[in-house]
Amino acid sequence: MTQTTYTGALDLAAGAFLLAAVLIVWRRELRAIVRLLAWQGVALAAIPLIEGMQQRDGALITVGVIVLLLKALAIPVLLGRAVGTEVEERRESTPLVNTTASLLITAGLTVLAYAVTRPIIALDPTAATRAVPASFAVILIAVFVMVSRRRALSQAVGFLMLDNGIAATAFLITAGVPLIVELGASLDALFAVLVLGVLTGRMRRAFGDTDLDQLRELRD
Amino acid sequence: MNILLLVPILAPLAAAVLAALLGWRRLSASMTVLAALAVLISGAVIGLRVGDGPQYSVGRLLRADALSVTMLIVIGTVGTLATWASVGYINAELAHGHTDRKGANLYGVLVPIFLAAMALAVLANNIGVMWVAIEATTVATAFLVGHRRTRASLEATWKYVVICSVGIALAFLGTVLLYSASLHAGASSSNALDFDVLLTHAAQLDPAVTRLAAGLLLLGYGAKAGLVPFHTWLADAHSQSPAPVSALMSGVLLSVAFSALLRVKSVVDLALGTGFLRIGLLIVGLLTMLVAASLLVVQTDFKRMLAYSSMENMGLVAVAAAAGTKLAIAALLLHVLAHGIGKALVFLAAGQLQATHDSTAIDDVTAVLARSRLVGTAFAVGLVVLLGLPPFAMFASELSISRALAGAHLEWALGVALLLMVIAFAALALNGARMLLGPPDASSPPIAVPRSVAGALITGVILSVALGLTAGPFTQLFHTAATLLGASE
Repeated sequence: MTQTTYTGALDLAAGAFLLAAVLIVWRRELRAIVRLLAWQGVALAAIPLIEGMQQRDGALITVGVIVLLLKALAIPVLLGRAVGTEVEERRESTPLVNTTASLLITAGLTVLAYAVTRPIIALDPTAATRAVPASFAVILIAVFVMVSRRRALSQAVGFLMLDNGIAATAFLITAGVPLIVELGASLDALFAVLVLGVLTGRMRRAFGDTDLDQLRELRD
Repeated sequence: MNILLLVPILAPLAAAVLAALLGWRRLSASMTVLAALAVLISGAVIGLRVGDGPQYSVGRLLRADALSVTMLIVIGTVGTLATWASVGYINAELAHGHTDRKGANLYGVLVPIFLAAMALAVLANNIGVMWVAIEATTVATAFLVGHRRTRASLEATWKYVVICSVGIALAFLGTVLLYSASLHAGASSSNALDFDVLLTHAAQLDPAVTRLAAGLLLLGYGAKAGLVPFHTWLADAHSQSPAPVSALMSGVLLSVAFSALLRVKSVVDLALGTGFLRIGLLIVGLLTMLVAASLLVVQTDFKRMLAYSSMENMGLVAVAAAAGTKLAIAALLLHVLAHGIGKALVFLAAGQLQATHDSTAIDDVTAVLARSRLVGTAFAVGLVVLLGLPPFAMFASELSISRALAGAHLEWALGVALLLMVIAFAALALNGARMLLGPPDASSPPIAVPRSVAGALITGVILSVALGLTAGPFTQLFHTAATLLGASE
């Protein structure tokens, strides 16, 4: 791979990664959101795969394949199962912030991400670190999704986006953390999703639906 | 290979496997108690050796120093009390129909996994593995918080998992940034996250990236330690968990998360000077104390009251860490140990009160001292420990923390902290007195105490008194830990 195609491929993956996050903010259909999350997983896995091919690093390619199986396949399938069967359950309830305002906030957060990541790029200005603002933007957007959505599943999607954003940052800054940490972190994320999935099911049985506004019994 | 370092992790895991095979039985529950005791004993034995420097095992994956030993002793002590009390507690829950066989089996498996994850967190050399272990505690405890399967416990579980996972995810981002800074400082990629390697390269870490990393790590591990701004899970989770789990979370988990922060601090201080995290810890610590003290005043639920008292103490620990002198760090570690035992005591006693009254409202509980000498005494002793009165150890630790703050020229912080401590003291003392004193009502139900809970309560009281009378062998250990963390004189 020449330097130009490498840079181009990496920027494309980072761009697709950020675009998926923006589309998740835009859509309200839960199935569409889960599908977008799977596409984001593909873009995430592309980053270590491209870097691995460029550096001829077998370990990094293996990590990329694992990430692809986990983030683009296993987790979306698990989440897809948790989407309710009732029609009204399949849509995000009226959001706390409307779509136009949400997209504007997303744009603002992306600009903020560029400002925050300046020291990281200054430390090591390579093609990969120059794409870090995109992954940081996804982290900020994920936090925004978590606080502005009302369905349990949307909040789980927000958490997974946060996790994706951090994983992408790790791949871009350092070509991934040591393998043992990477595996442990992926396993933790998988378990966290399983826990959230089980809780969503329990919530549906206990409350009739998964609107998080129901969760207001405990307070001071 | 140093097998001793594997015991605190493998013993609870073996107990978990046994519990998975046998289900909730006397044998598997007793094995869990023995496993917790093994954590304590191996911690103590490692403690005899760490005076000459850290011990390593499994290559350099595990590393035990004075801080690890201190935390292992806290995990082992509170773990033994809590798992011992679990036997009677869960049997009573089964008898009253609050849980079923399946729930009890799950409890039997998850509690030892929780203990193993905490032991790994304090023994990991690689701060990435430490992070993995701390996040694993969230996963392991999720269904423990939701043990009773009521709507309220479901709500508490959801908030707990979501808030802690987000917080801890930020800590991971901080870890990644630190890794990148460490690589650029010349560490090799295989060990750039090892604690000892980070310490040797700390002076060359890029300041701007390290600042970003330190901020994220403070917020992230702070979430798990019950510090603002991600503290909102704490009272909900503590009030809904089964009492022995509340004891473990309050007495151990919070301080294990804080010990992670202490390790990070020792690296960051070398890279940026002590000023950066001092300000961060002071802000976070004092705000945590403020939130906790104000909510203690209006509290009507005794388990939430105990939860906010834990928050107040973690806030004080953060303020002590900000002072950062040897005196402060040694006092903070004594505080953590004494608080762990005292909090276990009150939570285990509170569990029996909750089982008796089927309620956690302070108004529903009166004259505990007159109705049950054991539960009343244990609750009273635990409260007096938490109030920081002599002869108990938290009196000594709070006094030392105050002296350390004055010595570090943080008189203003000391003033604010003391004011908040007085408010918390008054609220805790008044509510405690309302529950403990008064003439018994003829209609109030008798307080049942299963034999294993009684054993744990009596042991807890004896340990609290003993620790108050003499911190003896611990003084040297805490001092070694403080030196190792790079504390100034």
